[in-house]
Amino acid sequence: MIRLSRLTKRYGDFTAVAGVDLVVPRGELFGFLGPNGAGKTTTLRMIAGILQPSSGTVEIAGIDLAKDPMAAKSKLGFIPDRPFIYEKLTGAEFLRFVAGLYRQSGADIERRGDELLALFDLGEWKNELVESYSHGMRQKLIIASAFVHRPEVIVVDEPMVGLDPKAARLLKELFREYVSRGNTIMMSTHTLEVAETLCDRIAIVQKGTIRALGTMEELRANARSGADLEEIFLRLTGESGARTAVQVLDA
Amino acid sequence: MTPAALLHILGPKLQTVRARGRHGARGRTGRVVLFVGIGALFWAFIFGIVFRLLSYFKNVPEIGTLLAAKLLGLVLLSFFGLLLLSNIITALSTFFLARDLDLLVGSPADWLAVYGAKLIETTVNSSWMVLLMAAPIFTAYGIAYDGGWWYPLVALAAIVPFLIIPAAVGTAFTLLLVNIFPARRTREVLSIITIVSAGGIVLAFRLLRPERLIRPEGFRSLVDFLAVLRTPTSPLLPSEWVQSGVVGWLTYEGDPLSFVLLWSTAAALVVFGALIHRALYARAFSKAQESAGRTAAPRGRIADVMLGLIPITRRELVLKEFRVFFRDTTQWSQLILLVVLVLVYIFNVRLLPLRGDGVTFFLANMVPFLNLILAGFVLASIAARFLFPTVSMEGRTWWLLKASPLSMRDLLWAKFWVGTLPLVLLALGIVFATDVLLGVSEFMTAVSVGTITLMTFALAGLAIGFGTIFPQFETENVAQIPTSFGGLLFMMTAIALIGATIILEARPVYVYLSARSFGTPMDATSMVIGFSAAGALCLVATFAPIRLALRRLERLER
Repeated sequence: MIRLSRLTKRYGDFTAVAGVDLVVPRGELFGFLGPNGAGKTTTLRMIAGILQPSSGTVEIAGIDLAKDPMAAKSKLGFIPDRPFIYEKLTGAEFLRFVAGLYRQSGADIERRGDELLALFDLGEWKNELVESYSHGMRQKLIIASAFVHRPEVIVVDEPMVGLDPKAARLLKELFREYVSRGNTIMMSTHTLEVAETLCDRIAIVQKGTIRALGTMEELRANARSGADLEEIFLRLTGESGARTAVQVLDA
Repeated sequence: MTPAALLHILGPKLQTVRARGRHGARGRTGRVVLFVGIGALFWAFIFGIVFRLLSYFKNVPEIGTLLAAKLLGLVLLSFFGLLLLSNIITALSTFFLARDLDLLVGSPADWLAVYGAKLIETTVNSSWMVLLMAAPIFTAYGIAYDGGWWYPLVALAAIVPFLIIPAAVGTAFTLLLVNIFPARRTREVLSIITIVSAGGIVLAFRLLRPERLIRPEGFRSLVDFLAVLRTPTSPLLPSEWVQSGVVGWLTYEGDPLSFVLLWSTAAALVVFGALIHRALYARAFSKAQESAGRTAAPRGRIADVMLGLIPITRRELVLKEFRVFFRDTTQWSQLILLVVLVLVYIFNVRLLPLRGDGVTFFLANMVPFLNLILAGFVLASIAARFLFPTVSMEGRTWWLLKASPLSMRDLLWAKFWVGTLPLVLLALGIVFATDVLLGVSEFMTAVSVGTITLMTFALAGLAIGFGTIFPQFETENVAQIPTSFGGLLFMMTAIALIGATIILEARPVYVYLSARSFGTPMDATSMVIGFSAAGALCLVATFAPIRLALRRLERLER
């Protein structure tokens, strides 16, 4: 479970996240959508404990992140949008290192690491240095590493970037299966089809605040439209961009 | 190429510098004050030593000026070596790894403008530290020999081409290496560079034979000694031209040929570099982009057994540090250079004339004590290269460390021990070897071993501390990190620490040596106070920076 209470992040005079209140219960796959610069990544990085909130609180599995960061973080797995990892470690060593950060090691971790690498078609690459991996392979390795210590909550920033169609489909299945076992995922994405088909609930954020929140049906009802998520998204966040693009190209 | 095209390419870099100055003004005031303060002290220290030496030389009839010229030649030769190595390393980054290259190479920008802009960038990045070091030295020469109002311009006219020459040679050399060696080993080209540099250093030292200058009695006659002093170390080296030009001006003997040689060589090398760039750069850049695929050895169990007693998280951190270090050729290859430097150092200590007639117990034991200063410099340089960048190197993986339940204390101490233990072994090796070679007394051996151990811990603490407080997360090339603002600050603080430790121990060492040599009473109180103060200073310098670094890391947001 993730609970955000009046979560705020300011950079000087600029407010990136403005008092977000949100609860993502166990067993839910939650979508966090919004235009570029809306505050999605900042929110996710605050939940992951990478950024400190200017005010407000974050709870992971009932543990206050500010009061007991070690316990809260041990329940969490984080998948960032940019796959930066140690280039001079092999895939297997990287998974072992991540497990070590969560104080886990031994035969169980070795077996789980091998299973995860095989799941993402990285089995043959397990003893290759990460520097020889493609962008997509690195992304898959990071996703595997988020599962290696069996977290209760996973926070994902743009999971589909760089993945081939097979891996993208696998990831969707993995996410659904994972939440069906009582775990929680909070995911930001620009791929609206993914959010629409995969997420139990969706929040649309703009300028650091939640503009709409609910299931697809609730969002449609709120927007008084039978349209798809793209239409709802553009209606809520402003659709002038597309028109301007046409004008620029015609000019 | 027009100057406008060149400026256009350099524009973003200049704007970045301006923006840093504007936006960071508030937060940086403290840093700037600290930097200027320590910098002024450092400059005053260098200036004081050189000026005093020159004042002494001036009073030595006949050979004083020759000695001053030789000293400048030696300093400039070492600067030239440093500049060459620094430019080669920097060029790999600016010409092949920098993030703006995709944009530049993909655009229809004039190739000559790209070359010019990158050459300027390389020169500035690799030369500013040498320039800062050179300023107090040249000032001391100017004042000691009454250089006059035109002297700064003369010095500048000599230094500018002196900086351009190694930059042009270094960039051309890097370009050739990237073209010659297999594409998948671009970064590993640095190992070749290092071996070449190591060879160069040994050769330079043997060319100079500095030990001959220490023992004039080794020459058959004064005429021979003067002949050695007058003979240029190598008339083909730009360092020699700068020395002749500057000393010629200071002694009213004028040497315009040196300036002609400096400027014409610099211009010719830039043209030569541009031609090579036009012919080879596109191919080299393409080769440099290919990744270095490589399989690592399967997991060994030895490390696991050895590290079995350490808690899991710390064990994995230590293993990761070792793997990342030894698999990165750009890191360990510089160890070769280090070993060569240490051997050159020990070799030169061995040649010190401390066992001849008339060399007393006092002198023979005092020199090894002062030897700690040089050993300290060597260790500080190593700490700057290997320990200072260690936190900066986590920049891109910071998300992983920060999102995990890893305590920042564990992270910092893992980095401290992984870096410090080899450093302590090296320090003890250097000091013990030199003490044995010089036949030092047991007491002085104990003092030097104890001092160097504590000093190494302090230098490591300072390096980790400064590296965390002034991180360089965005640098593409690790070898450049020690040349940053924080790196310079670390080196200055490290030198101050070495100086302070030696000064604190000077009194007790003097008391001991006087008692042994001249039978004066042994003042136990001053010995206890001196050694305790030095020990306390080193302990504070070990723990305080790490404490500050810990606070910085816990608040760090990326």
